[in-house]
Amino acid sequence: MTTTALPDAGGEGILSGNRRRHNRERVIRYAVTGAALTSIGITIAIVASLIFRAGQFLIHLVNPTEVDLEEAGGEAVGLGALWGDQWAPRFFEFDIKTLLVGSIVVTIVAMAVATPIGLGAAVYLSEYANSTVRKILKPILEVLAGIPSVVLGFFALRWISPNLVQNIFSGAEGQNLLAAGLGVGLLTIPLVASISEDAMRAVPNSLREASAGLGARKMSTTLSVVLPAAISGLVAAFIVGTSRAIGETMVVFLAAGASGNQALFTTNPLERGSTMTAAMASQASGTDGTISELGFNSLFFVGFVLFAITLTLNLIADRFVRRVRQAY
Amino acid sequence: MALIEPILNKKTAERVEAQIRSGGRNTPNLLFQGSLLAALLFALFVLGVLLFDVITDSWPVLSERFGDFLASPKRSSAEASGVFQGLRGTFWIGVAVILLTFPLGIAAAVYLEEYAPDSRLTRLIDINIRNLAGVPSVVYGILGFTLFVSLFNGVLGDREITLGRTTTAGALTLAILALPVVIITSAEAIRAVPDSLKEAAYGVGATKSEVIRSHILPYAAPGILTGTLLSLARALGEAAPLILVGAVQGRLGSRTGFFGLEQLGERFTAMPIIITGYAKEPGSDWIPVTAAAIVILLLVVLSFNAAAVLLRNRFESKREG
Repeated sequence: MTTTALPDAGGEGILSGNRRRHNRERVIRYAVTGAALTSIGITIAIVASLIFRAGQFLIHLVNPTEVDLEEAGGEAVGLGALWGDQWAPRFFEFDIKTLLVGSIVVTIVAMAVATPIGLGAAVYLSEYANSTVRKILKPILEVLAGIPSVVLGFFALRWISPNLVQNIFSGAEGQNLLAAGLGVGLLTIPLVASISEDAMRAVPNSLREASAGLGARKMSTTLSVVLPAAISGLVAAFIVGTSRAIGETMVVFLAAGASGNQALFTTNPLERGSTMTAAMASQASGTDGTISELGFNSLFFVGFVLFAITLTLNLIADRFVRRVRQAY
Repeated sequence: MALIEPILNKKTAERVEAQIRSGGRNTPNLLFQGSLLAALLFALFVLGVLLFDVITDSWPVLSERFGDFLASPKRSSAEASGVFQGLRGTFWIGVAVILLTFPLGIAAAVYLEEYAPDSRLTRLIDINIRNLAGVPSVVYGILGFTLFVSLFNGVLGDREITLGRTTTAGALTLAILALPVVIITSAEAIRAVPDSLKEAAYGVGATKSEVIRSHILPYAAPGILTGTLLSLARALGEAAPLILVGAVQGRLGSRTGFFGLEQLGERFTAMPIIITGYAKEPGSDWIPVTAAAIVILLLVVLSFNAAAVLLRNRFESKREG
């Protein structure tokens, strides 16, 4: 028998080996491909589950069914409910700007804490710390990153609010947006620090050496060579941090103080308030009997707005991260 | 006498000279470095205050009735309440993440690094996974509610009793939440496997799956394990998605034991949810109980984190050396 008479599996001739081995390869390829495609399925499922009920919510606002009318006390709610002075699904008031502004206030406070601290820590770890110091100090950020948000929520409520916020601002309420924002900021520090550090470590050493060779001090090198070179990554760190802060739920749910999913419109961080995320959690923790369908579906509407905002931020951040990768 | 003469102007020359003669001390530099270090130490300070505050608050409970606290459910009085049901729920969530997310996540990472062609679809999957990692956890709760609670009626158990809000629904939701991070970290670990290692295996006639099984996965194992442990810790600390899925924040009437399989079809709670419920109780007698529950959760979560960090440090120094 000559070699040409060997069975030809898969058109690769003599090197293709036996058929069972070949089939096993194919099965494994299908399995891992399927696993990767699952992720697309998850995204589709998220979008679908948001859109379906969010759409229902809007349609029922304009075109109430008999059940809606009965639950709302005979009157149609109308699209006007989306613009008022409070978020209170129980009373059919869905002022979305209350939640948007609440989220923005919390996020601004959070980023005011997380940006300088996270960036400072990252610059120290990347530019100043030698490997021994790094090994000792880096785990601090890692432990902080590992603390569950519900724990920081409790800390914001029981420690930050009475000991910091109410001590400094005498008019502050026991639960307030500022304390929640500070808590969210603490949670965001490790994220900002780790992305910034990655960006700075990606700056090639030749740039630092060139700068030092010209006689620049370490500080000048850091400020005028390393930071500008890493700017895309730093911007990405800021955007990802913002996205995380907007999406953070438990700290705000515990410390911002909107009870029973009802919040008045406020721009004052010293007052109680709610955010998109906290409103969703409150709505879901309500007892089932008292929730109207419209009120329940408002949760999905808020979720959709939140998803759209964070998705946009993440896509922008992704652009910046990729720019770092291309540059070096 | 000037140390530097021709090219530079006088002012610069003076500054440089002052710099050289100052004996290496440099105030702005030191201030800058000091403030950077302060940023890092601030994080340490916050961590210290947080842990101190929580531990002192929790001490009356942990020192007086530790065993009873671990074995009791939430009751109407703070003095008799404990975290049994929370620990039980968190255990089953962990099981789901390990059994579902780890294999699926590692398989997807293998596809992305070893099989995926450089195509549009691959780039789409890649971007998609990174975006999924940034989706707020509360949105995963919406997915879990729609899919497992509404559509599949809680997957297991009697819909009439549970309204679909079962342990299984909660555990599956967190398994999905953990997936993108597992894929990303595993893919990074697989990417770090040297090509020479793979080529050696291909060179002796191994097929792709054999190379993956015998060379790539063992070499990437520490990295994969670190990433998966971190994402497991994160999933166990998540509360928001479970609230959306309908975990019980109040008292949960359940007599099922810790390992009883029938609870997969019953209503549930978990450590972060127990903490939320306790923190929302009015009255200062609930503070020690809340703090004690937090200490238990931190012990669980931080020990996974510590294991991950130690593992990574150990293998990093081994490979460098």
